[in-house]
Amino acid sequence: MTPLDFVISLALISVAAGVLGSLIGLGGGVVIVPVLTLLYHVDIRLAIGASIVSVIATSSGAAAAYVRERMTNLRAGMFLEIATTTGAVSGAYLTTLLPTRFLFVFFGVVLAYSSFATFRRRHADAPLTVSHDRLANYFNLHGSYYDQAEQREISYKVVGTKPGLALMYVAGLVSALLGIGSGALKVPAMDSAMHLPMKVSSATSNFMIGVTAAASAGVYFARGQIDPIIAAPVAAGVLLGATVGARVLGRVASKTVRLVFVVVLVVISLEMLQKGIFP
Amino acid sequence: MTELSGSSGTPQHPELDEQEPAPEGLGGSGHRRQQLSPEEVAEMEEKVRKVELAISLVLRIGVVVSVAVIATGLGLMFAHHAAYLPVHGHFSYKELTSKSTRFPHSFSSLGHSIAHGDGRGIVVLGVLILILTPILRVAVGVLSFIYEKDPPMAIVTLYVLVVLIGSFFLAGG
Repeated sequence: MTPLDFVISLALISVAAGVLGSLIGLGGGVVIVPVLTLLYHVDIRLAIGASIVSVIATSSGAAAAYVRERMTNLRAGMFLEIATTTGAVSGAYLTTLLPTRFLFVFFGVVLAYSSFATFRRRHADAPLTVSHDRLANYFNLHGSYYDQAEQREISYKVVGTKPGLALMYVAGLVSALLGIGSGALKVPAMDSAMHLPMKVSSATSNFMIGVTAAASAGVYFARGQIDPIIAAPVAAGVLLGATVGARVLGRVASKTVRLVFVVVLVVISLEMLQKGIFP
Repeated sequence: MTELSGSSGTPQHPELDEQEPAPEGLGGSGHRRQQLSPEEVAEMEEKVRKVELAISLVLRIGVVVSVAVIATGLGLMFAHHAAYLPVHGHFSYKELTSKSTRFPHSFSSLGHSIAHGDGRGIVVLGVLILILTPILRVAVGVLSFIYEKDPPMAIVTLYVLVVLIGSFFLAGG
């Protein structure tokens, strides 16, 4: 395979990763890392560097549309970024302290549980109308969005900001420690703990993952993990895919988004368990 | 598009209902959002909308510029290395994606590479623009919340910006 074949085929796969990632609020690393390591036999360090690029591309590409369409909860997203960025920076210091295999097993189990929790909420999707959460009220994190599938404006209240912040801290930590899984914890944190509607959780997670990834991207660049021949097709393909995917989210039913998310989350958790148990 | 309409089920004074649960704590500032007149609400909504559009625009510009730079760099890479094209034989991509592959990964090597019109350096520059886009978005967020006259959210966003910029210095140092 010549470099040109490599660039073209990887760009096409990246388009698919971008569509999927933008739809369910994940970075597309779930597709990019296994594709690069298993299909193209690329060094894992370079694959993780490409994954960070893919996360930022998904985030910026999709969030440009989601913010304009008022699907993202800007205030909640920016508020929760306190926890994700702090987690990402502290994670950079813990990398050498904690055994990676243990982390993979631990977060594999955590994600398996979150996929179950997200699946369980499939019938309890009604937004809250009252919130007694002091932080949410103080910062006015509540919101509303226009649901194209249901053709109506849906307003919702936010609860559970403290468990939400705690989970977001862990999400930042994980993405810095393992290089994957930042969106996988953000969506359940907003959906299950804070009761944001599923589509808003996905769009807001999308908005946030770029910032979490940017917090560790400098390290990846300095370590020489951003290989241009890999990063170029990934960035371009994912950006195109995310722009397309952002047009889809509004139109599909919340339940569909939830089920696709659960399936992908199960895959990620199995992937993590495999890395921890049979490395 | 009134904010609190729809299926909320609390037609009268939803604003009051929302504030009620937070009467004390947080330094007594739980009531910082006063009951606003309709004109003030409209003005506020217009400001919020402007902020949304500004943030969306920043992201779009970042994306478009980075894609353009990356595409240029990629084009130069293939233009300068005929062996990368399939017609010229059996050069494998693996030589460019192995542990020993060399490409710019510091600002000085990047500057050197771009000055020589090297495609790889230009691709890396495009990727750096992509990485900077979310950080720029946070900076616009700080300004936006100041414009919305919302000090608590402005402080929150400023903290995020400081942590992000700090992380870059930690990475470089």
